[in-house]
Amino acid sequence: MVEALNSAMDVMLARDPDVLIFGEDVGFFGGVFRVTDGLQQRYGEQRVFDAPIAESGQIAVAIGMGAYGLRPVVECQFADYIYPAFDQLVSEAARLRYRSAGEFNAPITVRAPYGGGIFGGQTHSQSPEGLFTHVCGLKTVIPSNPYDAKGLLISAIEDDDPVLFFEPKRLYAGPFDGHYEKPVETWAKHAAGEVPVGYYAIPLGKAAVARQGEALTILAYGTMVHVALAATAETGVDAEILDLRSLMPIDIEAITGSVEKTGRCLIVHEATRTSGYGAELSALVQERCFYHLEAPILRVTGWDTPYPREFEWEYFPGPLRVAEAIRKIMAG
Amino acid sequence: MKHDSSLRLHIPESRFRPGDVPDFNYLNLPKAGVAKRPKTDAKASETRDLAYGLVRVIDDAGAAVGPWDPKLDPETLRKGLRYMLLTRVFDDRMFKAQRQGKTPFYMKCTGEEAVSVAQALVLNRDDMCFASYRQQGLLIARDWPVFDLMCQIYSNTLDRLKGRQLPVLYSVREAGFFSLSGNLGTQYPQAVGWAMASAYKRDTKIAAAWIGEGASAEGDFHQALTFAAVYRAPVILNLSNNQWAISSSQGVAGGEETTFASRAVGFGFPGIRVDGNDFLAVYAVSRWAAERARNNHGPTLIEHFTYRAAPHSTSDDPSRYRPGDEYQRWPLGDPIIRLKGHLMRLGEWDEARHTALMAELEAEVDTANKKAQKLGVHGGGPYHDPSTMFEDVYKEMPWHLREQQAELALFREKKP
Repeated sequence: MVEALNSAMDVMLARDPDVLIFGEDVGFFGGVFRVTDGLQQRYGEQRVFDAPIAESGQIAVAIGMGAYGLRPVVECQFADYIYPAFDQLVSEAARLRYRSAGEFNAPITVRAPYGGGIFGGQTHSQSPEGLFTHVCGLKTVIPSNPYDAKGLLISAIEDDDPVLFFEPKRLYAGPFDGHYEKPVETWAKHAAGEVPVGYYAIPLGKAAVARQGEALTILAYGTMVHVALAATAETGVDAEILDLRSLMPIDIEAITGSVEKTGRCLIVHEATRTSGYGAELSALVQERCFYHLEAPILRVTGWDTPYPREFEWEYFPGPLRVAEAIRKIMAG
Repeated sequence: MKHDSSLRLHIPESRFRPGDVPDFNYLNLPKAGVAKRPKTDAKASETRDLAYGLVRVIDDAGAAVGPWDPKLDPETLRKGLRYMLLTRVFDDRMFKAQRQGKTPFYMKCTGEEAVSVAQALVLNRDDMCFASYRQQGLLIARDWPVFDLMCQIYSNTLDRLKGRQLPVLYSVREAGFFSLSGNLGTQYPQAVGWAMASAYKRDTKIAAAWIGEGASAEGDFHQALTFAAVYRAPVILNLSNNQWAISSSQGVAGGEETTFASRAVGFGFPGIRVDGNDFLAVYAVSRWAAERARNNHGPTLIEHFTYRAAPHSTSDDPSRYRPGDEYQRWPLGDPIIRLKGHLMRLGEWDEARHTALMAELEAEVDTANKKAQKLGVHGGGPYHDPSTMFEDVYKEMPWHLREQQAELALFREKKP
């Protein structure tokens, strides 16, 4: 997935002289996760450069650049570090078009690795997407595989609204289904691991069907798509798994279409549960599909605690917990 | 005797509160004309004296003195006077409109007109201004019609911001005026970003930003200075030190033991403290900073040392927290009276012309005001259609906002 994201930025830097990239260590070094590797060498220091360790300043500067007419892409080294920029994202980037009645806008993309599974402890493992989907004016995107990652990032960069692009860091090197005891896989054998060289865009606001099924709908995104696939295989239940990809805007038709068909719904995410994005999904399904439901909607999520470094796998909502929820819903 | 070695917490407090007789002798203000004027490619270290001193041009007798005298022609001086006066007349009229209930809110910049008007005359019209809420003088000096500002203040049908913003939080792209935020300080690093973009595009435009001394305590201020220094951004960073953040003195923002201009020196670029009530000094320092930015030498921080003669906004009563006559005792006077005095000393202005100009500007503001009020005022309307509140959240309206828009329409139909 690292190469796919790198390729998306490579394509956009080549296509659009108004695209530029900055963030901590993204220049000469190519980023701590190597996502911007080689881009400064290819496009020069003016277009790919290091930024001071000041996320709020980075986002503010990007907003100013966006108002000028550029399309800056900012790498926030970890999603956990995004909080200093909260005001600039929530009060500024998200509101600029609205408060100026369309005179100014902030066509910025903020990339940030999120999620656990790497023993990063509470400051390198969080999933803060729900904080941002709650903010009108922002778009939030989370890919689950290399092919989508590239097409979605290109769309994010081309989008005229501010986009938060959360990258599941545990998927950078390969798919991960929560079975941490298994040998690490690469993307080489995965169907969505193959990424075309040139330009292609995947529209924001469209979910993908990760697995077709009839018995139950599982709503997932990012790493949890793979966990849901594993849990489905292990239970033998014919679940339909929707990979949401875009959390805001959300593909409501895909969700209601699937739940109306299956009559059952499970929501999974790594983020903490209370007031999380799953609560919004649950409400949407309940409001729109109530009479189709044959069992209560369930959520499998991270616990409502900080991410405890030593208890990574007790915290991570792995396939055992997802499988248990699938069985519970099927029994209901 | 036992030595008391326990720690003591220091709380900055204003020197004067209601009932006190303000005495500003402690400021030890330097005389006009004494500040040196370095070249515009000066290093931060060469501006140390300017950061702690005070650039003043108009002396007590109304003469322009010293190396910072911008030597402006009388036409430009009269233009500056006119824009400052228009700003004041406009402010007074809008303050009155608030008291009449025609708008819920207003903010005057009385006493601080030079800070925005003088710099506006230095900048090109396409240089982008990232103002705070007390720089309406920028728009007025760029000949943006006060009528349009009034429509925003009244949220009427011609309010270009469609009733979404608090009065005075303007946005005028056409006049190089960036959308104002109600969250203080956020525009400061954005201005740096805009300036960086201009440099990235090999453009010639520069950016200018304004912040109050109070909001300079925000992280945004410090990050703006960091990014401006690191990337040598073509930006003028203005800080209006008007002594008061609502009821808190500038000491609470960190100005008790140092100047705000001196902050820049630590970041590695020039900081200059200027008499903000001296039109010529503000003009000269602004021109210095603009020239520096345009020649790729980078940013300048200008601390405009001034006094907020007006209340913070229509929502507070300054007599509750400062002496009523403090402004009359402010040793740097009033920017309009001082420029007027200078022009009169030059023989380029007189009382009769001043009175005639005042009458002309009052009539202009009155006419615009009547026209704007006819189009609707706060509390009475008419306004934009409420369904427009769903527009511009995103470029294209997503399904959930379309649904909510329809829901509101249904509710409005049912309303008795």
